[in-house]
Amino acid sequence: MSRLYEVMFIVRPDAAEEDIDKLIAGFSENVTKGGGVVKTVEKMGRRKLAYMVRKFNDGFYVLLTVEANGAVVLELERRLRVTEPVIKFITVRIDEEEKRLAKVKALRGVRRSAAVPAPAQAAAPAAVTEPAAEVAEAAEPSAV
Amino acid sequence: MSEETQAKAPETSANETPQAASGPGPGSGSGPAPRSGGRPGGRPSGGPGGRGKFFRRKKVCKFCTEKIDAIPYRDVRLLQGFVAERGKIVPRRLTGVCTKHQRRLTRAIKQARNIALLPFATRH
Repeated sequence: MSRLYEVMFIVRPDAAEEDIDKLIAGFSENVTKGGGVVKTVEKMGRRKLAYMVRKFNDGFYVLLTVEANGAVVLELERRLRVTEPVIKFITVRIDEEEKRLAKVKALRGVRRSAAVPAPAQAAAPAAVTEPAAEVAEAAEPSAV
Repeated sequence: MSEETQAKAPETSANETPQAASGPGPGSGSGPAPRSGGRPGGRPSGGPGGRGKFFRRKKVCKFCTEKIDAIPYRDVRLLQGFVAERGKIVPRRLTGVCTKHQRRLTRAIKQARNIALLPFATRH
């Protein structure tokens, strides 16, 4: 049962760029070997940390979106813990969130299309959300 | 969202004179009332909080108006608006965020703190 996870980890700043790439490749391979899919890899670049972690003041952030089952993610976390250049990581499960967002978006889409041809039909809540939905549509890509 | 105001008489709490004024009552958590801030006693709420005479303009929840569904922990700029100078999470009676979003916001802030995007505490 595949779930969607988001893994963000910080690599120490004195690691070379290709080391980071190697790390990412290693983790991705791990995931795919376990039967998961790496959806996206985003190297967020070097950022200043909000507090000192292992005597470092900045670090290299990497974000992975992974679709896999729990065991694979457990293994990935274990590796992250063990890998020396990785100084911090967090795994967030996002499939429920995505489902909820999809539902809300679908609901909004239905409301808008229903409100447009028949503005009077049961439109008390819909009409209120309709102009707001316009704003939301524009804001949506930038908000999330 | 309008909360408290008056007219919450139906409770059978013994010691409540029906809403004489605001003012921190005996602070008894209202018995069976599930609603948040049902009575002004000892419960910080939107509008006149505690013994407020001035009516604070109804602050609206930023997330509800802008229809922001998800509050990602990665969005530091968004989160920083709800974090005080010392790094503490600002209570929702000050920011006007609704309960649902405040809970999500808190979760996101705590996640961000864990991944060193936000500090736990500043100004040592």
